[in-house]
Amino acid sequence: MSKSLNLFGGVSAGVIAMLLAGYNFADRNIAKVPADLQKLGALSPNALAALEAEKAPAKAEVADATTGDAARGGLVAAAYADEGGAGKNFGLGRVAMPEEIAAWDVDVRPDGTGLPDGSGNAFDGEEIFEENCASCHGSFAEGVDNWPKLAGGDGSLADEDPLKTVGSYWPYLSTVFDYVNRSMPFGNAQSLSADEVYAITAYILYSNDIIDDEFELSKETFLDVEMPNAGGFIVDDRAETEYTIWRTEPCMENCKDAQPEITMRATVLDVTPEEEGMEEDHAAAEAAPAQEAAAVEVAAAAEEAPAEEAPAEVAVAALDPAMVKAGEKVFKKCKACHQVGEGAKNRSGPHLNGVVGRAIGSIDGFKYSGTMADMGGEWTEEKLAEFLADPRGSVKGTRMAFAGLKKSDDIAAVTAYLKSFDP
Amino acid sequence: MSKETNGPSRRQFLTSAAALGAGTVAATAARAAGPDPLITEVQGWASGLGDGVDATPYGLPIEYEADVVRRNVEWLTADTISSINFTPIHALDGTITPQGCAFERHHSGAIELRKEDYRLMINGLVDTPLVFSYADLERFPREQHVYFCECAANTGMEWAGSQLNGAQFTHGMIHNMEYTGVSLRTLLTEAGLDAAGDLKDKWVYVEGADASSNGRSIPMEKALDDCLVAFKANGEALRMEHGYPVRLVVPGWEGNMWVKWLRRIEVMDGPVESREETSKYTDTLEDGTSRKWTWVMDAKSVVTSPSPQSPIKHGHGPVVITGLAWSGHGKITRVDVSKDGGMTWETARLAKDGENKALTRFYLDTEWNGEDWLLQSRAMDETGYVQPTKEQLREVRGLNSIYHNNCIQTWHVKPNGEAENVEVS
Repeated sequence: MSKSLNLFGGVSAGVIAMLLAGYNFADRNIAKVPADLQKLGALSPNALAALEAEKAPAKAEVADATTGDAARGGLVAAAYADEGGAGKNFGLGRVAMPEEIAAWDVDVRPDGTGLPDGSGNAFDGEEIFEENCASCHGSFAEGVDNWPKLAGGDGSLADEDPLKTVGSYWPYLSTVFDYVNRSMPFGNAQSLSADEVYAITAYILYSNDIIDDEFELSKETFLDVEMPNAGGFIVDDRAETEYTIWRTEPCMENCKDAQPEITMRATVLDVTPEEEGMEEDHAAAEAAPAQEAAAVEVAAAAEEAPAEEAPAEVAVAALDPAMVKAGEKVFKKCKACHQVGEGAKNRSGPHLNGVVGRAIGSIDGFKYSGTMADMGGEWTEEKLAEFLADPRGSVKGTRMAFAGLKKSDDIAAVTAYLKSFDP
Repeated sequence: MSKETNGPSRRQFLTSAAALGAGTVAATAARAAGPDPLITEVQGWASGLGDGVDATPYGLPIEYEADVVRRNVEWLTADTISSINFTPIHALDGTITPQGCAFERHHSGAIELRKEDYRLMINGLVDTPLVFSYADLERFPREQHVYFCECAANTGMEWAGSQLNGAQFTHGMIHNMEYTGVSLRTLLTEAGLDAAGDLKDKWVYVEGADASSNGRSIPMEKALDDCLVAFKANGEALRMEHGYPVRLVVPGWEGNMWVKWLRRIEVMDGPVESREETSKYTDTLEDGTSRKWTWVMDAKSVVTSPSPQSPIKHGHGPVVITGLAWSGHGKITRVDVSKDGGMTWETARLAKDGENKALTRFYLDTEWNGEDWLLQSRAMDETGYVQPTKEQLREVRGLNSIYHNNCIQTWHVKPNGEAENVEVS
C-alpha cells in the first residue's frame, strides 16, 4: 500500500488528503466513458474537475512534507528509504538523472526546440545520403522499389494517386530532422552525428528544390526553411462533417431506389495472397486438370513449402547448430536489405544464399558499387569477416549502409548461419 | 472433399465445388446413406493413448487448425520488418483475440527486450522526472480492461474499390485483448503534474524503445482518462510482437498510438508532430488538404462468416451469420445485417451487451437455400453513430484517405456457398 498511510495517519490534514486520494483512486478504477471524446483539445467540465481533483491531494502532500513537523518529516524520510523511490504518491521509481534525460529526450519540435548544435548542407549531404540512405531511398531520394520516395510529387495531393514526399506533404522540417536522427538509417538507427543529420536533411530539402546546395542548415537557420505543404492540414473535423450526418436512425426497409447491383469484384484484381499449407489443393488440382491455371501455380507453391527447410538441414549437419541459431539472431541486423533461404531475392542488397565461397560481386541483376564489382576473388570466411567488421573501411565505396559488427563472436555466428544456406 | 479440411483456400473451394458438380454442396457425413464407420468402428483414438502432460509445456493449436494464422500481404510494404500482418478473424469466434494470431505492426521489427533491461522514463513538465523499472510498475495498483486495438489503415486498401478477398485481409488489422496494467494517470501523478500548470493545453509524448522509436503525441485529457501502461494481455505476458514487456494502451484510438516497448513519456506544452503524426496517419481529402489528429476509430463492423475465406460448406437450411462490431466512442448498441446489399435490414443478436471500446460479437441465425446474398453488416454505437456506406465516406473524403475506412463491407455469397468481396450500387 502507499506510503500515504504512514504519512497522513492520525494527522487531520493528512486524513482529508488521504480521503481525497482515496476518492480519486476509486474514480480511476471505474472505466469512464468520456462524454465527448472526439472534441479535440476541448475538455469537458467533468474531465477538468477530475484533473483538478487529481492535483489537489498531490499539493496537500507536498505542503505536508514541507511543514517542518519533525515526526512527520521522519516518516517521509522513512517512507522514501523504505520504498527507495522518488515518486509523489507511492514513492516508486527513482529520479531520472540529467545524463539519462539527455540520452533519451532527443525529440525535435516544430519550433526547433530540441535541435542539437551542428550544421550541414546539401553539397556535403549528397555523399552522406549516398552512403547511408540511397540503397533504399535512391540516389536522388526518388525511392527504390516499395521504399519511401522522399522527393517529388509537388502539387499532386489532389490527384487520383498523390505522391506524398517530404517536399509535397510533410508540414514541418523538424519532423525530417527528428526522424532521421532517431530512426534512420533503417537497421542502423541512431548512428549518425548531428552534422550528418543536418546534411542529410539539407540534401532531402535540396532534392525537393526547397533550398540550394549551399544553404547551411543549423538550429539558427532552421526556421528560415518554408515547407511547401505547411498550410495543408486541418484538425480532425469529423464531429462536424460526419458525425452530425451519421448519427441518425438508420433505414430498415426499401433503403435504396433500385435493387443493389454488384459494381466491382475483388477477384478481378486478384491481389489476394494465396494461403499456404494446401497439399489437399494440390491433390485436387491433379484430380481435375481442367481447373484454372492459377490453381496449378498455387499447387506448385504448396509443393515448395515443405522443401523449404531441407537444404538448410543438409548443410547444418557440418555446422554447430547453436552457432547457426545465434547467427540467425545476428542476421536480424542484415534482414532489412538481404534475404536468404528458399526463394531469396535481391533487395537493397544481394541475396546471400551460398555467399561463402561465392565470387565477389557476382549476382546477376544486382547493382553493386564500382569497387565491389571490380574487386574480384571470392568471399572467403576471412574476407567476409574483414568486410563485416568494417564494411566501409575494408571496401571503400561500398553501397552497404551498415556500420559493421563489433563482436567477432557475432561475425562467426552470422557466418555459420549464412553457410547453412546453399547457393 | 474431406470434411476434415479446415478453411480451404478460395481456389481449393472452387476446385472441390466443381468436382462435386456446380450448385451442389457436399452432404455432411451425418447425412450419409450407410452407418458411419466413425461411429460403428472403434477408432484409434478411442483405444490407444494420447500425449502425456509433459508433451507440450506451452501448447499451440492442434495441427488441424494450422491455417488459422496471421497472414501478410507481401506487395503492401517494401519488406516484412517495417510491415503489418492480419488477424485471421474469419476463423475466430467470441471476442478475445489469442495473442499468437493477433496482428502485428512493426516499424523496425519486433525486438527482444528483457524485463531486467526495461526502463520507463517520465520527464518534461513534471515535478520530478522519474525512471521506473519493470518491477516498479508491478507495485502500482493494477487495472484490467478489454479493449480493441485497430490499425488506422485497417480496410485502407479498399478505398478505391474491392481489392482483397477475405475478411482477414480487409478487416484483420484488429485485435481485442484483456489488458492488465497501471493507468497512465497513476504514473503521471506519481511524477507530479503541478509543474505542468494548466493541464488543458498539455500533451504527453510517448515513445518506444525499438530502433524506430515510434513516438506519438497524446492530449493530456486522453492521457489522464483511460490510457493504460500494460504488461499483461489475456492473462499472460505480452508477446514480443506486441511490445513485451510493456506497451501503451490507448482505448478507442488508432493502433499506432499504442506504443510498444514503451520507454519514455514526456509531458509537453504542444505536440511533437513526429513522422507518424504528420507524414503518416493523416488523411488526405479530395481537395488535397489533409486531416490530422484523427485519433478515434469510428464505429465499424464486418461479417466474418460467411466470407471469402469462410464459405458456406454445408447444405441448405440453417446457417449462422456472424461478425464483429466495435467503436472507439464507446459501446456497440446494435448491429443490423442485410442480405440484399442494403435494401432491407434485420437486427442481429449481440452475443453480449456491447462493452466500452471492445469488440462485440453478433449473430444472425437464419436460413440459406442457395440464393445469392449481398451480405452486409451495419454497426451503431452508444453515441447514435451509424456505420456509413463506402459511398457516404467517399462523398466526404474522396478516395485518397487510406486511413479510417469504416465503411459497410459487402460479401457476395453465391449459390455454391463461395463468397467474394464486392461493391454494390
